Amino acid sequence: MSIRLENISKTFGQFQALSPMSLNIDEGEMIGLLGPSGSGKTTLLRIIAGLEGANSGRIQFGDRDVTNLHVRDRHVGFVFQNYALFRHMTVADNVAFGLEVMDAKQRPNKTEIQHRVKHLLEMVQLGHLANRYPSQLSGGQKQRIALARALATKPDVLLLDEPFGALDAKVRKELRRWLRSLHDEIGFTSVFVTHDQEEALELSDRVVVMSNGHIEQIDEPAQLYAQPNSRFVFDFLGNVNVFEGKLTQSRLHNHNAWITAPSSDVPMNSGQLYIRSHELSLHTEASKIANLPLKVVAVNPIGAEVRVELAPHEWQSEQIWEADLTHSEYDRNPVKRGEIVYAEPRNGYFFRENSHQAPEQVSWQSRSLDETVK
Amino acid sequence: MPSSLSVASAKTRHKRVLPGFGLSLGSSLFFISLILLLPMTGLVMQTADMGWSEYWYVITDERVVASYKVTIWAALIASVFNGVFGLLLAWVLVRYEFPGKRILDALVDLPFALPTAVAGITLATLYAENGWYGELLAQWGIKVAYTPLGIIVAMSFTSIPFVVRTVQPVLEELSPEEEEAGITLGASDWSVFQRIIMPSLWPALVTGVALSFTRSLGEFGAVIFIAGNMPYVSEITSLMIFVRLQEFDFPAASAIASVVLIASLVLLFAINIWQGRYLKRLHGR
Repeated sequence: MSIRLENISKTFGQFQALSPMSLNIDEGEMIGLLGPSGSGKTTLLRIIAGLEGANSGRIQFGDRDVTNLHVRDRHVGFVFQNYALFRHMTVADNVAFGLEVMDAKQRPNKTEIQHRVKHLLEMVQLGHLANRYPSQLSGGQKQRIALARALATKPDVLLLDEPFGALDAKVRKELRRWLRSLHDEIGFTSVFVTHDQEEALELSDRVVVMSNGHIEQIDEPAQLYAQPNSRFVFDFLGNVNVFEGKLTQSRLHNHNAWITAPSSDVPMNSGQLYIRSHELSLHTEASKIANLPLKVVAVNPIGAEVRVELAPHEWQSEQIWEADLTHSEYDRNPVKRGEIVYAEPRNGYFFRENSHQAPEQVSWQSRSLDETVK
Repeated sequence: MPSSLSVASAKTRHKRVLPGFGLSLGSSLFFISLILLLPMTGLVMQTADMGWSEYWYVITDERVVASYKVTIWAALIASVFNGVFGLLLAWVLVRYEFPGKRILDALVDLPFALPTAVAGITLATLYAENGWYGELLAQWGIKVAYTPLGIIVAMSFTSIPFVVRTVQPVLEELSPEEEEAGITLGASDWSVFQRIIMPSLWPALVTGVALSFTRSLGEFGAVIFIAGNMPYVSEITSLMIFVRLQEFDFPAASAIASVVLIASLVLLFAINIWQGRYLKRLHGR
């Protein structure tokens, strides 16, 4: 069922947890709410569920206005961060709970309930644990049971609060894949909260990035990665190197370091250049494009790429830089810890000083191409 | 220095991580023996002077048996009442914020702090026919002071903190998420209370009620002032012990006391075992 949020806001005392925001979620969509802690993502999820009341706005499930509907009548499935399984009930009783507390009129009979529970447990591949107690299960198993319990009443929407937060990396990955395939199979509308960008990008149809109680950007994962529209989204989505420069003579300067302003339709200005770590190449001397001396701090050759950590040499940056090189690239020029190297950017995003507009995408590749043609 | 260290660690390979086990257990056992076990042995020794038949004769004396009945019934009603009311009080103290909450919280312990005789005299004055409550209740034809009802009132007064103080911490630790999970699954408030909250609360509540019951079995000071102490009607077992003591019949006093002691011990052990099993299921092995 589709979800429509209109002008939802929430305050806790003086604290504005959510600024008025609107969001439309299509039927069968899987939406990830992504943000750091305190960004209001869990509050938003709890408002959708009805566990928290909004101060203003409207919520619709399909054609149904649920704004003033009590949680128990909203017909949502909610999976809690710590699973919140009923400790004194067996796994089967946990899953059956939602069916057993139904009105006498709607409640399926005993055999029907048993049948449904059995089916749900098989769906989460834990049929053999029906008579165990939650304390005898592992974290991943608990999470699956929590999911089966939430799905037992065939809810209109499924809401998950940091569903994989408390699990170790391997189980998390496995469960993520499993949840996605379950979603594709059954097709429930679902919203989940996470602070893990990888999880959000991998699992969601669309990602809602939140910070400080408002929505920064709503986009499909690929689009979000290709066109982050604010510094915040950029910082939050993976490794990025920031070069803060003053523009003089078509070069961005930071102390002794500089980068040539790329060819751009818009006149350049002072500002910040965001360069992703895989958009850097390392050389033994400065080039026409850039003079970015960096000292190699660490080299990590494990994985598909060689990750090189770099400290600015005689210029300033708030954070350590990172360059991801392919192994062949690295083998051609194997930098060592302690060496000074010169970085050259290929593509980047430029944020103008004193502006809150979306960044301009900039590239140096066309220029070097032009020059070789000449 | 390093060499002496390695020698020491080689000698005490299996030393416990927490220090002081021997000392703390030793002194605990010593004091338990001194203040608990030794007096109890004295009790047993005194009864040992009697033969079995004499012992049986003393503890099955008609008046004493009547006192058992009065005591057990009164303690039972008082502790069940405390179970209900104490749970309510603990619930209010944990779940809601209201002005004066701290004061109410502190007041719960008052029965522990007050000398029981003071409590008894106060209650007797209040519930006497010309007392504040007694006057009111007399209009409805209810007599509390100097009747078995008075015994129940005194017993529940002195033992209510047991229920509140055992239930309160458990209630505080209940995760709100389990209740929220229940509500999102469509359960009514009553279902949530009955199916989710109560099962977690049972062990604490039963323990509290049992403690309250055993305390009531042995209560003396608060009860005798309000009970009226009419033989066969409102005499409690502790009073019977006191009466025997006044007659300088120490073995008989000890014999009756041993009955109370054994009853309390059996109950406490039973509760402990039951609770252990129940909690094991909740927290895994």
